[in-house]
Amino acid sequence: MKIHEYQAKELFIEAGINAPDGKVATTADEAEAFAREIGAPVMVKAQVHVGGRGKAGGVKFAKTVEEARSHAENILGMDIKGLTVKKVLITSAAEITSEAYVGIILDRVTKRPVFMVSSAGGIDIEEVAAKTPEKIHKLAVDPIVGLRDFEARELAFKLYKDIKQVRQASVILKKLYEVFWKYDASLVEINPLITDGDGNVVALDAKFNIDDNALYRQARIEEMRDLDAEEPSEVEAREGDLSFVKLDGNIGCIVNGAGLAMATMDLVKRYGGEPANFLDIGGSSNPRKVVSAMKIILSDPKVEAILFNIFGGITRCDDVANGIVMAFKELNPKVPVVVRLTGTNEKEAAKILKTVPIDTGATTLDEVVKRTIALASKGAPIVEQEELVLA
Amino acid sequence: MSVFINNRTKLVVQGITGRDGSLHTSLMKAYGTSVVAGVTPGKGGKKFNGIPVFDSVADAVAKTKANTSVIYVPPPFAVDAIFEAADAGIKTIICITEGVPANDMMKVYEYIREMDVRLIGPNCPGLISPGQSKVGIIPGQICKKGGVGVVSRSGTLTYEAVWALTNAGIGQSTCVGIGGDQVIGTNFIDCLEAFENDPATKAVVMIGEIGGDDEQKAALFVKKKMTKPVVGFISGRTAPPGKRMGHAGAIISGSAGTAEEKVAAFNKAGIPVADSPTEIPGLIVAALKKAKAKAATKVAKKVTKKVAKKKVAKKAVTKNKVAKKKAVKKATRKTATKKVVKKVAKKIVKKKTKKSKKR
Repeated sequence: MKIHEYQAKELFIEAGINAPDGKVATTADEAEAFAREIGAPVMVKAQVHVGGRGKAGGVKFAKTVEEARSHAENILGMDIKGLTVKKVLITSAAEITSEAYVGIILDRVTKRPVFMVSSAGGIDIEEVAAKTPEKIHKLAVDPIVGLRDFEARELAFKLYKDIKQVRQASVILKKLYEVFWKYDASLVEINPLITDGDGNVVALDAKFNIDDNALYRQARIEEMRDLDAEEPSEVEAREGDLSFVKLDGNIGCIVNGAGLAMATMDLVKRYGGEPANFLDIGGSSNPRKVVSAMKIILSDPKVEAILFNIFGGITRCDDVANGIVMAFKELNPKVPVVVRLTGTNEKEAAKILKTVPIDTGATTLDEVVKRTIALASKGAPIVEQEELVLA
Repeated sequence: MSVFINNRTKLVVQGITGRDGSLHTSLMKAYGTSVVAGVTPGKGGKKFNGIPVFDSVADAVAKTKANTSVIYVPPPFAVDAIFEAADAGIKTIICITEGVPANDMMKVYEYIREMDVRLIGPNCPGLISPGQSKVGIIPGQICKKGGVGVVSRSGTLTYEAVWALTNAGIGQSTCVGIGGDQVIGTNFIDCLEAFENDPATKAVVMIGEIGGDDEQKAALFVKKKMTKPVVGFISGRTAPPGKRMGHAGAIISGSAGTAEEKVAAFNKAGIPVADSPTEIPGLIVAALKKAKAKAATKVAKKVTKKVAKKKVAKKAVTKNKVAKKKAVKKATRKTATKKVVKKVAKKIVKKKTKKSKKR
């Protein structure tokens, strides 16, 4: 899960990291009022869950209160990489004498939290990492021992020569490491970490990704969830305990297991269709989950056919079949539904499915995909659908 | 033989009385796995399905000499269960639990790094050595005893591949699901190495997905270290960047960890990649034939060398003739194997169509 910059800064400031306070505005009026309160000059920063805001024009410097207002007007409603900006952060504009980058990421190779620091911070950090990787210094921390003072100092010396700044940066790195563990982060990042006009080290930005698996013990973070910043169908799927990602295609896919779901989508594409979504109904096959899954997919007007691919292990095919029957009663789908159920209790499932107007002719993965695409391209639901529902 | 588990496996089930634990304990026992103990704190002294239950893993090990553990406890307690098993002297730990916090896993991984412990998972379906032992949740009825090792990051996709192999008459030595999380105990290379050293395994199927670079590293390992043929499959070719597709490990950002990169790495290492799981059996048959032909030519070459050495002493002129003859033989043999491969592939297709017709 991602949180916004202003939320991350709140956590940073609480932890004792030197970061400028700010206020979040949702209208230009609010932005103007906050700018007046903080005192110009200010920064107006788009709050969206995506990187590269600065390059997209979502971060602006405002010399005056009026300028802050006009920037807020432009940025609010702006589209950045497919996401609409609904909030802007107003903070005091600091004088910047240098820009560095610091971050901690869970590294799957070393299986340790890895620090990455560079004195060449700022909006071009990705280019720095690609073109001059030697400018990025890395340190894998032993997760049992934790970050030791001398390690923090060594990293800080990569960023600054002045001992006062080295000390300040060491403190920030130590605190950042604490925050990483406290909130079960998979990534924390400060870019840029600046030195201001007085020579002090300040965290000007904050990025924070939290491990979804740990949210059960992170009530504070869960409260920070911004439903406005997420795709509505994905929110609904999460509430239905489904793993779902919306895509742009015409074939709705309902599969058990993430790997099989991806493989099914790949085959849809291979045989000339476009997947409308990724959807994993998970291991336990509660029939209600199938209904939620159908509902979410049917709400997408682009969907021309729905494909079920279930390989029963823990998941019982008869449970899924019962779910399909319930979904037909409650949702009365107008698009063809093609179902392949293999594995645990598949015979029972086949009996249950005789009562609904679906296509069960396919036995292999490839067949079910081809049949669904063929039915979708006809552009009409199968004929006998309504009769059968009435029966 | 097989890898990681076999008929000497003595299993303790952590979380034996829970919903998933109890169901799968019965299924593992029915399959023939030697389940010697269960652990649920507070239920020590009781029995489940004839299996003694203990309050701690240490007790279970002391009383039953269990050497392998499988974990079905809920996510908040899974990491503690791994620590407990490791401290009790268990050498093979399989964690099925899905949803374990990654930061906790980093600590436990660091802890067991220096111990002689094999951890598989978390968030995995476990493993099965058909005909010998099953630990985890892989359905036993889709497997068949044989010579193909299967290693995969996914659960149901593994079943799909195994089922395709079984339907084509190709059995498996061991099928291992290593799990889809970012921090896992056993990776592709660990499994490939084990399969390479296992006499029962003749070929390997490696099933990867987007995210990370474990597959790329495994491909390099195959090229440098493996003598047995490996075929592959990669899921997630249509996944959009930056989105999490259920598996915490399957996050792609930028260019690192895409399906294209992984397929390219496989191709570069000479690993044939199936476009659909149903193509895997055909690739295995072809790879085995190719390996056999290679071995045959190696033997032939050795023989040629020996013969040549002897004859060199007698007449230098005949050497050329012999070599020419051998070359001709080699060529004919090559075309012959090609024909055989084609025939076998055709047979499989026929079998399959028959089966689907029956349904």
